[in-house]
Amino acid sequence: MGQKMLMKGNEAIAEAAIQAGCRFFFGYPITPQNQIPEYMSKRLPKIEGGCFLQAESEVAAINMVYGAAGAGARVMTSSSSPGISLKQEGISYIVGAELPCVIVNMVRGGPGLGSIQPAQSDYFQSTRGGGHGDYRMLVLAPSSVQEAVELTQEAFDLADLYRNPVLIMGDGLIGQMMEPVEMPERKERKDLPAKTWAATGWKPGCGRDRAVINSLYIDPAVLEKHVNHLYEKYAAMERNECRWQEEMTEDADYVIVAYGTTARIARSAMRKLREAGIKAGLIRPITLWPFPAAPIAKAAKHAKAFLTVEMSMGQMVEDVRLAVEGATPVHFFGRTGGIVPTVREIVNQVEALAKGGC
Amino acid sequence: MAVVYEKTKLLTDKPLHYCPGCTHGIIHRLVAEAIDELGIQERTIGIAPVGCAVFAYDYFNCDMMEAAHGRAPAVATGCKRVNPKNIVFTYQGDGDLASIGAAEITHAATRGENITVIFVNNAIYGMTGGQMAPTTLPGQVTTTSPYGRDPKLCGYPIRVSEMLATLDGPAYISRVSVHDVKHILDAKKSIRKAFETQIAGKGFSLVEVLSACPTNWGMTPQEALKWLEQNMIPQYPLGVKKEVE
Amino acid sequence: MAKLTIAVETCKGCGLCADVCPRHLLALSKEINSRGYHPIAISDQDQCIGCAFCARMCPDAVIKVEK
Repeated sequence: MGQKMLMKGNEAIAEAAIQAGCRFFFGYPITPQNQIPEYMSKRLPKIEGGCFLQAESEVAAINMVYGAAGAGARVMTSSSSPGISLKQEGISYIVGAELPCVIVNMVRGGPGLGSIQPAQSDYFQSTRGGGHGDYRMLVLAPSSVQEAVELTQEAFDLADLYRNPVLIMGDGLIGQMMEPVEMPERKERKDLPAKTWAATGWKPGCGRDRAVINSLYIDPAVLEKHVNHLYEKYAAMERNECRWQEEMTEDADYVIVAYGTTARIARSAMRKLREAGIKAGLIRPITLWPFPAAPIAKAAKHAKAFLTVEMSMGQMVEDVRLAVEGATPVHFFGRTGGIVPTVREIVNQVEALAKGGC
Repeated sequence: MAVVYEKTKLLTDKPLHYCPGCTHGIIHRLVAEAIDELGIQERTIGIAPVGCAVFAYDYFNCDMMEAAHGRAPAVATGCKRVNPKNIVFTYQGDGDLASIGAAEITHAATRGENITVIFVNNAIYGMTGGQMAPTTLPGQVTTTSPYGRDPKLCGYPIRVSEMLATLDGPAYISRVSVHDVKHILDAKKSIRKAFETQIAGKGFSLVEVLSACPTNWGMTPQEALKWLEQNMIPQYPLGVKKEVE
Repeated sequence: MAKLTIAVETCKGCGLCADVCPRHLLALSKEINSRGYHPIAISDQDQCIGCAFCARMCPDAVIKVEK
C-alpha cells in the first residue's frame, strides 16, 4: 500500500483509474462529478501517451470511449444521472461490440434535471442494462472513498476480462466526500486475454483476422447466437463476481439491505438497534449486478423481516423481494430527491417492525 | 497484356449490397484505391456509419469499426487519439453526418482532429426508404416531404462543406461529384489529397461527394446522374472550400 | 487491342458503363445472372480501345481492363 492521503472521492477514483493503466478519458461537465474530468485534465497530459478530451456532449464522449476501447486502450468516462442517460446509446453499442471500458455514475436526484444532491434512483437503469437490447453491465457500488479506489482499479481488469463495460455507481456523497485513502500498488492480472480483436491496423498475413468492431448482426439467427454468447458471459459474472458484505446476519431477526452511502448510515442504525436489544443485521451489496441474492435468501430462512433502505422510491427492493421469494416480509424505507436517510429514521422503521411483531 | 484497370485489393470480395446504379460503389472504390495507392492499408482504420453504408466494414479491406448513427467522428476521435500513427477515416451519409451527427462532425472539425471524412451527399435517406434529409433540395419530393420540401415548413438544405470551412480547425475541405468519368477522376484526386493531409499531420480533412440515389429518387441510374448534375451541383457548388498549406 | 473481363455474377446491370463507352460497345446481355440481373456485355471486343471509362464508372467494380 502507498502513502495515506486525504482525497475527495471523485479525485481518488480518477487517480485510481490512472494507477490501473487508464490513459484515455473522454467526458463532459456535469455536477456532482466534475472533479473526475478536472483531475484527468491535469494528470493525463503529463503522462506519456495519455489523453484527456472534453467532448462536445455525453453522447460524443461515450462514442470516443467506443473508438478508444476498439483500438485496445484502457479508457474511462464519467458523468451523473442525466448525462448517463445520454450515454445509454453508446453503452448499448459498446456492449454489443464487446468492448471493455469503465463508466462512473455519480448519481444525483431525478427524474429529469432533478437535483444535484446524492441519490440512488438510477438503480434500475444501471442494473437492467440501461439502453436498448438484451444486456447487462457489472455494477460496482462503493460505500467509502477507499473502496471506490479499490473497485475502480479492479473495474478495468474486470472490463478487460469479460470485454464488457463496468459501471461504478456512486452518489454525490461518495464523489464529494473527503476521506483518508491509500492507493494500492497495481498488481497486474496475468489471466487477462490479449486484445487480438482490437482495430490497430491490419494487412493480409499479419497474423490475425481483420478487425471489425461492430454490434450489427442483421441475420436474426446470428444475432440470437451473439446475444446468447453475451449471456454466457453474464452467467460467468454471476458465478464469479458477485460481492457483498454481511454484518451480524447470523442471528438477525431484522435484516437491513442497503448499498453505497446508505449502507454506512444503515450500519450505524444497526448498531443502535443492537444496543437497544433488537437483533438487527446488515447485508450490503457491493455488486448491484450481479445481485447478491444468495446471502439474502440464506438470511430469509431465519429473519422475521427485511428492510431495504435506499435513496430512491424503492428500486433495489424489487431484487431483494426476488431473492427472498416470499419467505418473509420485505419492507422498504427510502428518501428521494437528494435527501439522505438518517440513522434515526432507519432505527424507527425497524423498531416499528419489532413492535408490530413482524 | 498489361492491366489498365482492375478492382483494388483494398475492397473485399464481398459483393456490394447497394442498388443498381447507386454511386456509393464508385465512392467506395475511390476511397479504397486511395488507401491502396498511398500504401497505408496496414495502418488504416475505417469507421462505418448508419445508413446505406452501414455495411462498409464488410467492403473495405482494412480494420473497421461500425459507429452509432452520426457518431463516427467521435469514434474516429477516440481511435485516433489512442494510436495517432493510424490513418483513420469515417464514411458517412447526409442523414448521419449533417442531421443526427451535426454536433460530432462540427466539433471534430473545429478540434482539427487529424482524421479524414468521406461525406456522401445524395440528398435523401436511402436505407430507411427515401425520407427527407438535411440536404434534400427545396421542392424535392421524398417520402416525408410528399409535396416537395417546403423551406417555410422545414428549412433549407445545409451546405456542410461551406459551413465547416468557416471553422479554423479543418485543413482540407472540398466538394466533388461522381456523375461522370471526369468528375470521378477529380473526386479521386480530392480523396487522395484528404488522406495525404492526414498523413502529413495537418489536421481535419473532409471530402463531400455528391452521389446519386436512383431508387429513392425514383429514376433510372442514367436519369439520376443527370438530375444530380442539373439540380444538386447548382445547390452544392463543387470545388475546394478550404486548404491549409 | 484491349480486353475487357466482366464479373458477370456481381454486375447489377445498371448500364452506367454503357453510357460512357466512347465506342458504344457495351449493352445489357439477354442472359440473366444468378442474382436476377441482365449483366453488361461487350459486343465487339476487337473495337475496345482500353480507355477504362467503363471500369471507372462501374459502381460495382466488375470490369477489368487489359491492353
